[in-house]
Amino acid sequence: MEKVKVRNLHKYFEKLEVLRGIDLDVAEGEVVCLIGPSGSGKSTFLRCINQLEEITDGEIVVDGASITDKKANINKLRENIGMVFQQFNLFPHLTVAQNIMMAPVQLKKMTKDEAAVRAKELLEMVDLGEKYDEYPANLSGGQQQRVAIARALAMNPDIMLFDEPTSALDPEMVGEVLNVIKKLAKDGMTMVIVTHEMGFAREVADRVIFMDEGVIVEQGNPMDVFGDPQNERTKNFLNMVL
Amino acid sequence: MDFFELFMQSLPRFADGMRTTLFLTVAALFFGIILGMIACFFKISKLKVLRAIATIYVDIIRGTPLLVQAYFLYFGISQGIGITMTNTTAGIIVLSLNAGAYLSEIFRSGINAVNKGQMEAARSLGLSYSKAMIKVVLPQAVRIVIPSVVNQFIITLKDTTIISVIGAPELMKTANIIVARNFRGFEIYGMVAILYFIVIFILTKISQVIERRLSNGKSKSSQSA
Repeated sequence: MEKVKVRNLHKYFEKLEVLRGIDLDVAEGEVVCLIGPSGSGKSTFLRCINQLEEITDGEIVVDGASITDKKANINKLRENIGMVFQQFNLFPHLTVAQNIMMAPVQLKKMTKDEAAVRAKELLEMVDLGEKYDEYPANLSGGQQQRVAIARALAMNPDIMLFDEPTSALDPEMVGEVLNVIKKLAKDGMTMVIVTHEMGFAREVADRVIFMDEGVIVEQGNPMDVFGDPQNERTKNFLNMVL
Repeated sequence: MDFFELFMQSLPRFADGMRTTLFLTVAALFFGIILGMIACFFKISKLKVLRAIATIYVDIIRGTPLLVQAYFLYFGISQGIGITMTNTTAGIIVLSLNAGAYLSEIFRSGINAVNKGQMEAARSLGLSYSKAMIKVVLPQAVRIVIPSVVNQFIITLKDTTIISVIGAPELMKTANIIVARNFRGFEIYGMVAILYFIVIFILTKISQVIERRLSNGKSKSSQSA
């Protein structure tokens, strides 16, 4: 069954149409990388999937439930969709552990004690067990982003969305974040990743999608898209970035 | 009568006046903070009506002098529609309305100053708007606005002097009464100025301590966005 099903998605900002009819199915356990020039709508598309952006037209179904339905319980559906942002967006007034425990405790999914145990586990998983009581400001960018991933995993989501997770990082920290994402891919997490890291996309993606000017221009497995792009725009883009 | 004698003689009345001044200030800030919070949430609400109400309130208060508001409320309203109130009540109402209007703008700027990625991150975890506001945005906004809020406290304290015109027996009114009797304006107004200065100085020092406390927490916790 598809984890994410997008049909005829349109999105306007005022009069500007940034997404012009997108269809996409993401299978369970599939890792999809969205690539494309800036302004192509890939981040907007990703943010539509958990309704951080309201869509103008079309439908998005996540795990069998329409998230774009006016009557949908959006908060409930979002619990199942983790998101990681370019700017980390950790809560600066809370410790690393409190950041991770926030959602499970506030949404009454776990008691404080259970959440604390879970936070410890998740931090071990991203290799930051010793940062449990630190504040985000005392962490490097790469460490902050790994905490952000742990936080997004705290609700045990089925789907993870990554919005340019390494774009705000110093080059030497990109690897540690990508390694965590690779680990998740290996464990079978369904993921949609907007990225500029072509090498990473080639390695981790089951499918690469090239977007430009609000539409999906070309998609396929990474070997085909990177090795033998069919569309002129894809070729131009790949020539510029590779 | 020498200066010291004059001072000792006036002191009990100064103390009464200062008590009223502080009472007016504290009452006005109490209601002002409540009004300010309500107006702030009206202003950031999705509902146009609520936003309009808050805007009209803030614009009227900001666009008219406090002195005129005090006269209008105390003399104007009683003459016009026959509702009478004590001068202290009128004073508290005027000062609260003023503090509330300015505080609502301060609160709003504080909320706006919190990076909008914070709200998005909280919402993406499944938190409702109000939970995200209470648990994530407001704690950060409070730290940002504390210096401005303390500043507003000081302004409200100074504004109480204007309430003397409608006869509330606060420190300034007390000074006027004493001077009317003994014509020692130089000494009496000088003493009153010093008394205001001391109270505000103490308030400023306390706020600096609070700010330092919070910014300690901040250096540990919030340079990142």
